[in-house]
Amino acid sequence: MDHLDGNAAAGELSEVFALDVTTAVATCAGCGTTGPLAQAMVYEAGMGTVLRCPACDSVLLRYARGGGQLRVEMRGVTVLRWRSEPR
Amino acid sequence: MSSVIRATDWRVATVAAIAPETPRAATLTLDVPGWDGHRAGQHLDVRLTAEDGYRAQRSYSIASAPEDGRPMITVEELFDGEVSPWFVQVAREGDEFEVRGPFGGWFVWDAGDTEPIMLIAGGSGLVPLMSMLRHRRNAGSETPAKLLVSAREADDVLYARELERIGVEVVLTYTRRAPRDWTGYTRRVDRAMLQEVALFGGRTYICGPTTFVETVANHLVALGEAPAQIRTERFGGG
Repeated sequence: MDHLDGNAAAGELSEVFALDVTTAVATCAGCGTTGPLAQAMVYEAGMGTVLRCPACDSVLLRYARGGGQLRVEMRGVTVLRWRSEPR
Repeated sequence: MSSVIRATDWRVATVAAIAPETPRAATLTLDVPGWDGHRAGQHLDVRLTAEDGYRAQRSYSIASAPEDGRPMITVEELFDGEVSPWFVQVAREGDEFEVRGPFGGWFVWDAGDTEPIMLIAGGSGLVPLMSMLRHRRNAGSETPAKLLVSAREADDVLYARELERIGVEVVLTYTRRAPRDWTGYTRRVDRAMLQEVALFGGRTYICGPTTFVETVANHLVALGEAPAQIRTERFGGG
């Protein structure tokens, strides 16, 4: 199946994250590469959606809806970083 | 409890106007309650619900400029698509469906950005790039910009007349059939074409089907463009 990219996951993940996920810079737990989630490879399937590292193909984040639950698994991301205005 | 409508909330949009763009694509102007504007390049999610309760959800890029107010989406009808034929062939003014958004702060361009921009579209990947060009025109921006569009044939070029007066150099390539008197490119975007056409050293936005986006991005990197300066958005079917 052809993949999309993290831009396509922005709507679904906006239900979970208060900040825009496409600009979130993720550090991959598999290879240490950092980059915006907009550039992650996104695979959508009936079971849910998987975001993979564009450098090493490791699973960064998985989310699925079913059984009255929204589940997010993100052990493939060590850090999520957003630009932030000083308080 | 807050009464503020958030981008994340689904709400009912009404089709305010619908206009054909090509034989297979139409632009819909939407009335969305609580719409609070968008940035050029952003998209929204739409959700259609059938009478039996079956739901289908898609993302569509916003074609209008931020200055236009109401969001406009351009939908190209995909063969065997589940949702796109409804928008192009069936939808009428006054029809309603659900939307949420706008989304995406990464594949966006603001008129305050001054580095040169190279925009590269595969087919209807032109839609978010058109929002950027309309925004650039409306803002009176003098940021150098150039557009490369890959289309199967002349009938597939969105916004063809408006592109003639959008204020930037537009390069077209036809991959299936060119007009009879055409003297320009007649092939898929390749490395030699990018070497001739692309603006290097600024920022590049590429939008189109996945293979198009990845091929073009890989060629640009091979030609020496910095990966961090290339922003891409892939779209799928439906």
